[in-house]
Amino acid sequence: MNWPLEAFLSFLAAASFGVIFNTPRRTLLSCGLVGMTGWLIYRTGVIFLDDPVQATFAGAFGVALAAHLLAKKFKMPMIIFSVAGIIPLVPGSKAYNAMRNIVENNYLEAITFASEALMISGAVAMGLVFAEVLMQIVFKQMAKRVQKKIGMTQN
Amino acid sequence: MTQIGETRRELALDCFLLAGKLLMENGAETYRVEDTMIRMAISQKMTDSHCFVTPTGLMFSPSDELATRFVRINSRRTDLERVALVNSVSRKLVAGELALAEAYEELKTIDRTNYMFNIWLQILAAATASGCFLILLGGNWSDLPFAFVFGGTGFIIVETILEKTRVKFFAEFVGALAIGVFALLAVYSGYGKNLDTIIIGSIMPLVPGLLITNAVRDLMAGHFVSGLSKGAEAFLTAFAIGAGIALVLSF
Repeated sequence: MNWPLEAFLSFLAAASFGVIFNTPRRTLLSCGLVGMTGWLIYRTGVIFLDDPVQATFAGAFGVALAAHLLAKKFKMPMIIFSVAGIIPLVPGSKAYNAMRNIVENNYLEAITFASEALMISGAVAMGLVFAEVLMQIVFKQMAKRVQKKIGMTQN
Repeated sequence: MTQIGETRRELALDCFLLAGKLLMENGAETYRVEDTMIRMAISQKMTDSHCFVTPTGLMFSPSDELATRFVRINSRRTDLERVALVNSVSRKLVAGELALAEAYEELKTIDRTNYMFNIWLQILAAATASGCFLILLGGNWSDLPFAFVFGGTGFIIVETILEKTRVKFFAEFVGALAIGVFALLAVYSGYGKNLDTIIIGSIMPLVPGLLITNAVRDLMAGHFVSGLSKGAEAFLTAFAIGAGIALVLSF
């Protein structure tokens, strides 16, 4: 596997999706970086965990974490950064293979691919949710600390 | 005195509803739309306001004595630049940097201005993304020009039909069908090597990524009506693409 090439291609792909979704121009670079992060985590996960579902979960988690941090930095909504990064993780080829097998009347094989595609999309969703919950807890803790510092107490 | 208060409250309501409509039309999550409207309302001393947002319309009830207002949302598309701009206007209004009238004027300007990238740049981006995905998913380098051209063509077809008919699923079906036919022709004529990777790479720009992300986030935030309807839209889009490709593969 050619790491620099894949990094470059995933960066380019995510930035292109940024153009299609019309993200603000000064965030295009960050969108590409988020996409690259997600894809590289996914590829590493496939090599070390040997399971596309877990690897996709890790990739989506990484994308959502990066998107949350960038959203704080740019003071912009989080979806601007996460949308383009999620696209490379969508199980397009599994869904395609499932359909191709249905068309060719190989229903048993189609079920294998379809359930894999379903599991992977579930992993994308779970990755997004876990990162969101984690960031909420972290941000709440940070806000509490700031409040204590300036002498405000909650309620 | 009461007259001034009345017009000011009307202006405030117009302002919140325009902000909510702009956000919803351009692809923000439901919970962000509600959050933005309520925050803006609180900054204008309307503390007991309620709003209910669905992908097709939004309701806003400012308080007990004022009438509830309703706005219909007819078309939705993805324009994240507008989402970011409305978000920054609402931040400024809440922080007190903008007066209500100024914020309303700015929202109207955002509504009027076209922020989209040049259509040719978008097509180029779709083509580039298709080419990148072809290689990322393990395709041949010799297939790269096919994925590049077909991805761009599919995007042009979908955008053109969307402009003419407004039936989203038909547009995606025809786009996927065209991609499938072109890919099949390229492989049968002997120039393309791998049919599967060409098709997968080329249909990537049509994948409903924003809808999937938003549906999940809405469901998790407890907005079940919006989450389910956005999920249904994403599923239908995926189904339209799948049906277009399946039709080609069955020959």
